[in-house]
Amino acid sequence: MSLVTTLYVGLFYLATLVLVVGLTLRIVKYAKTPAPLKIPTMPAPLTEAGVARRMFREVVFFESLFRASKWTWIFGWLFHFGLLLVLLRHLRYFTEPVWFWVNWIQPFGKYAAFAMLAGLLGLWARRFLVDRVRYISTPSDHLMLALLVGIALSGLGMAYLVHTDIVAVKGFFLGLMYFSPQPLPADPLLLVHLGLVVALMLVFPFSKLLHAPGVFFSPTRNQNDNSRERRHIAGWAEQLEAGER
Amino acid sequence: MADFDVPELKEYPIIPKLKEGTMAHSAPYIAASKFQEPLGFPGELVDNWKEVAIDKMGDLLGKYRSLQVFLDSCVHCGACTDKCHYYLGTSDPKNMPVARQELLRKVYRRYFTFAGKYFPKLVGATDLTEDVLDDWYSYFHQCSQCRRCSVFCPYGIDTAEISMAAREIMDAVGKGQKYCNEIIAKVFVIGNNLGLPEPALADTLEGLEEDIEEDTGVKVRLPLDEKGADILLVTPSADFFAEPHVDGLMGYAKVFHEAGVSWTISSKASEAANFGMFIGSYENMRKIALRIREAALELGVKRIVFGECGHAWRVAYSFLNTLAGPFDFLDPRYPVPQHICEFTYDLIQENKLRFNKSENDHMRVTFHDSCNVARASGMGKMEGGQFIIPREVIKASCNHFFDMEPDSIHDSTFCCGGGGGLLTDDLMELRVKGALPRMEALKRVVEENGVTNLAAICAICKSQFAKVLPYYGFTMDQIVSVHQLVSSAIVLKGSEQEAELDGKTE
Ligand code: HEM
Ligand code: HEM
Ligand code: SF4
Ligand code: SF4
Repeated sequence: MSLVTTLYVGLFYLATLVLVVGLTLRIVKYAKTPAPLKIPTMPAPLTEAGVARRMFREVVFFESLFRASKWTWIFGWLFHFGLLLVLLRHLRYFTEPVWFWVNWIQPFGKYAAFAMLAGLLGLWARRFLVDRVRYISTPSDHLMLALLVGIALSGLGMAYLVHTDIVAVKGFFLGLMYFSPQPLPADPLLLVHLGLVVALMLVFPFSKLLHAPGVFFSPTRNQNDNSRERRHIAGWAEQLEAGER
Repeated sequence: MADFDVPELKEYPIIPKLKEGTMAHSAPYIAASKFQEPLGFPGELVDNWKEVAIDKMGDLLGKYRSLQVFLDSCVHCGACTDKCHYYLGTSDPKNMPVARQELLRKVYRRYFTFAGKYFPKLVGATDLTEDVLDDWYSYFHQCSQCRRCSVFCPYGIDTAEISMAAREIMDAVGKGQKYCNEIIAKVFVIGNNLGLPEPALADTLEGLEEDIEEDTGVKVRLPLDEKGADILLVTPSADFFAEPHVDGLMGYAKVFHEAGVSWTISSKASEAANFGMFIGSYENMRKIALRIREAALELGVKRIVFGECGHAWRVAYSFLNTLAGPFDFLDPRYPVPQHICEFTYDLIQENKLRFNKSENDHMRVTFHDSCNVARASGMGKMEGGQFIIPREVIKASCNHFFDMEPDSIHDSTFCCGGGGGLLTDDLMELRVKGALPRMEALKRVVEENGVTNLAAICAICKSQFAKVLPYYGFTMDQIVSVHQLVSSAIVLKGSEQEAELDGKTE
């Protein structure tokens, strides 16, 4: 096995471990931390089914963002849904045989990469052009966008300029999944692409990318409006009451 | 009139350019030890305040999912930056909701996250220093906890939750705010925010009974501590004496009278307000709320009704059951608690009240949705009932009603500028500037629809508007209570007004 292959095998195992363990720990933490008071942003749905619908609109359409800022919404939505299609399209590297619906979306996936890139650039431009957004941007915000733009550009480079041996790439990843490492083509663009992907996986559980699991745990969005009908009480508050008696 | 520049009202709202540090000098008086200690907080800044603050932050992170998730999830997208009335009114970038959160988040990052511990510069993490504490004290007392930012944030990040946590941390290190903590101490000792003792209250209520009788010829009672009454009315203490609040109280009394129910005020729970919420203290909020439970039990009432108050209604609607429940000793046919607007609305729906709307014909009225009613509680058993019900009550009692611009009402409503424990003279500049977006929206309906009056259902909003309206060229009596409109228009059975309407005058 070449040095490059060995390196990337190690990196991907490490990154997967960090991503899975890190994210699991965070999610467990969110799930275990009590929400002692009912604080949905009102008006809130009265029922749990209504909450599910609200969450769906939030995650799929970015409903609140749409109300807040049309430009951010357009760019944000282009980016995220471009990203989603790109990732689904990537499933072809990890499945054998490739799931039928992954094949269906291949043609859209090609354009999705451009949508994703356009979205990212628009979001990045805001960080320079809008004084309020400039004020709140930290170096990590810029780096995160740079990272994603880098991934998108290197990916597009492979798709349109310097092709790589996709069959070998797939062999490498299936090899990883079945714990029998296969050689990885040493094309510079591919190595850059994968290197950046590893970086993304490593920072995910430690960065603002936690917004992805976070949104589902946000009490202002995931609670329903029934505080008068049902008593809502946290474990620590019950202990507080018990201590008084 | 003021030693600061009152912002100009513009034709169309524009988002101001940043002006750093414009409000850095704004900070309320610090609570003296006699107001800190009754609440269980240290009297003055403790020596090891940094450790205490970090410990407290850790404690709160484990107790409040909102805090944990909100501190982790913000992507700095900027959607909330132009949503806060204090930013719009002051141009100070630290009044942008995300920047306000960042004051706490940068310390959270530094002490509680991997990235902040090892790469502080990269993620904007900083040590907790005296300057940071001063910034906290200043800017977490420039947030009225109105939740407008949470409406627009894609993850619902609610800066109010962050401010409450920050204030709780500051209380824990001995740097509390005088206004809130003094008031809470008073509630514990006397029973209401004003320190109004029982005999004075009895006097006041008697005076109001006489006023109503003089006006209408009907003896409408305002009972105090009456055992066995059906309904306990819990209302903000400003209703007992301040204008226009007291006109609202007479309105509730007339509605109860017409409904033929027995009701009472309690001298023990003679205060709907619960400033425990403003300082983020579950324990203090609970202690205050328990007074209501105790009063209800002692008086043996069957229902609890709340008067017009915004944050009190949040504590009542959203938290009371949690804090002081279960209320299984009350009549299960009615929600616990009920809002006076719900009570009046139901009677209107059943056609049980008679109104002579022309009594209010000298007014053209608009309605100010109070933040805590609009974005933190509900009314009726319907989504958005808190927008519909008060408006229906207003429309039942007056002929001319006009809404303000859609992006300044309902859940997009702008804070009056004085909520969240900021209704104090030492924050006058902030209060005036923070009222700007509401004043601009008001100005538009004044010009376009000839609106003369602004109605509200919150004691803080009413006091705040009475104070700030004059800064913007309006007059203080333009703010009215919703039940003041009801009070003027309602036609009591057997009253002089009824006789006149039915042509029975001699
Ligand atoms: C449940 C899934 C997700 C939801 C609902 C979601 C939603 C959002 C929203 C509403 C924004 C703010 C608007 C914007 O700037 O686009 C945002 C920002 C962002 N999201 Fe996501 N997201 C999700 C998953 C992800 C994932 C998996 C990634 C990672 C690759 C990601 C990366 C980002 C980045 C980098 C930003 C900041 C963009 C900027 O700098 O302005 N998101 N997300
Ligand atoms: C282990 C994971 C990944 C592997 C093996 C991988 C591999 C590849 C390969 C081989 C291509 C070239 C496709 C072609 O020639 O047609 C590509 C393209 C691309 N990749 Fe990745 N990639 C991975 C993860 C990601 C991630 C996480 C992102 C986004 C955040 C991403 C974004 C893109 C984009 C935008 C393109 C160009 C458009 C397309 O062909 O879909 N990749 N990737
Ligand atoms: S809660 Fe209201 S006052 Fe506080 S930051 Fe948000 S918008 Fe501003
Ligand atoms: S809208 Fe929400 S995620 Fe965006 S900057 Fe404001 S608080 Fe952060």
